[in-house]
Amino acid sequence: MRRIGDAPLMRRLLIGAALVLSALFLLLPLVAIFAQAFSQGMLVFWENVSNTFTLHAIGLTLVIALLTIPVCLVFGVALAWLVTRFSFPGRRLLQTLIDIPFAVSPVVAGLIYLLLYGRNGWIGSWLDSYDIQLMFSWPGILMVTIFVTCPFVARELIPLMQAQGSREEEAAVTLGASGWTMFRRVTLPNIRWALLYGVILTNARAVGEFGAVSVVSGAIRGKTNTLPLHLEQLYQDYNAVGAFACAALLALIALLTLAAKAGLEWRAAHQEALV
Amino acid sequence: MSQLTFRRSGSTHVLPGFGLSMGISVLFISLVLLLPITGLFGQLAGLSLAEYWAIITEGRVVASYMVTIGAAAVAALVNAVFGLLLAWVLVRYEFPGRRLLDALMDLPFALPTAVAGITLATMYASSGWMGRLLEPLGFQVAYTWVGIALAMAFTSIPFVVRTVQPVLEDLPAEVDEAAMTLGATDGVGFRRVILPHIWPALVTGTGLAFVRSLGEFGGIIFIAGNMPYETEITALMIFVKLQEYDYAGASAIASVVLFVSLTLLLAINVWQGRFIRRLHGGKG
Repeated sequence: MRRIGDAPLMRRLLIGAALVLSALFLLLPLVAIFAQAFSQGMLVFWENVSNTFTLHAIGLTLVIALLTIPVCLVFGVALAWLVTRFSFPGRRLLQTLIDIPFAVSPVVAGLIYLLLYGRNGWIGSWLDSYDIQLMFSWPGILMVTIFVTCPFVARELIPLMQAQGSREEEAAVTLGASGWTMFRRVTLPNIRWALLYGVILTNARAVGEFGAVSVVSGAIRGKTNTLPLHLEQLYQDYNAVGAFACAALLALIALLTLAAKAGLEWRAAHQEALV
Repeated sequence: MSQLTFRRSGSTHVLPGFGLSMGISVLFISLVLLLPITGLFGQLAGLSLAEYWAIITEGRVVASYMVTIGAAAVAALVNAVFGLLLAWVLVRYEFPGRRLLDALMDLPFALPTAVAGITLATMYASSGWMGRLLEPLGFQVAYTWVGIALAMAFTSIPFVVRTVQPVLEDLPAEVDEAAMTLGATDGVGFRRVILPHIWPALVTGTGLAFVRSLGEFGGIIFIAGNMPYETEITALMIFVKLQEYDYAGASAIASVVLFVSLTLLLAINVWQGRFIRRLHGGKG
């Protein structure tokens, strides 16, 4: 039976338009990153990547991501458990509140942290009297990164846990499993792939955050420069190859993220077919 | 669609962890999301109403609102059309490379915005791959308003595709088969049968793309040129004020941005909630 838009000409026209536009708009930029990074050969690319400041930026970026992930993981699981397994007044409000980081401009996110924890802020000035400075150092970068990435795990888990329902967990508890045993044996196996994808998304955003981090970091080379900030400095210094070498590393992480998503989706479809 | 089952166990919870998960969630949301916003109000409290008004209505700042809103609106509209096309092609047709195209849709979310920013700026500069083609034809993209809209469209396209795609997938084949059997042409069938079904999702996706574009920073500043009154976005204005250590000025402008984006987010959530309720026949 023929469906709307199934006429051969229409079909070819629409597929053609989608492919051409996507190639120009999405694929070409991706190719351009690597073309620019390697435009002066492997050796220059390698020199740029192995530069002390770049290595330091890579290190800091990884540390921030590694510290961000467990925090977002605990929060994401707790929130998803809360809003999908219990009903209580304010449940919808909580679900709206966790979307705040998606709606707030990264620059505004950085600013509100700077105002509160900076030397003039009410917490910042108090900490300052104990010689603790959070802003313009790595803890500040960590704090804003947690702010911008915290919805991802919860956002992946909530629809899945809602669809799965709580029957299996209730059965486990009724049969006498402790809370922890139930979580480890029943909940976790059910949500592990969504959890993994949430972590991958959190990581991608944590590694690449620019606006919020650039407000609170101070961008001191070899000290508080993350990879996206380092890339910006190189670009402003007209070192395009250096900037694109960093960009290529970040683009590689993005590609791995996309591959992981495709892999997990393929897995989910495969499992459904088996059941 | 899987049916949503809400188990209401009354006052006694069968499942454990209510206190713990409530504690973690409320503590986290208060400390990470809500407490920092008090810093903004603290800073604003130091301003008189007249001072506040003067800052947020200064000529250069107002020009930045115009640039940001105008470019975001154009980007959102372009994305509504382009995103609908992509979602349609991905759901309705089988062709070589479909899975690759599907994976590519998430690229703008996965790619750090600063990377997208320098890449687009380089490509559309007069010596870049696209700039070299477009400039002889009289189109200047980099360092103009068009470049800003382009960068916004790039960073927000997945919102439309990923919101429309599942709704289109849920549309049963019988619906448009019936329309075709009754003699509808493609155009009429699309307008009368498909569009009414997907348009709430299309509006939601476009709205989300618009909100995202209003706040976008890293993706835009490299291609924007950042000329006062011409190609300065509001997020950059906040950044500029901060670099001048004008915290009060930065906070005032940020409060406008924050208010607009939170209001839009809330509106989209309410709109979406109403749409879902309608789908589930008044429940949920």
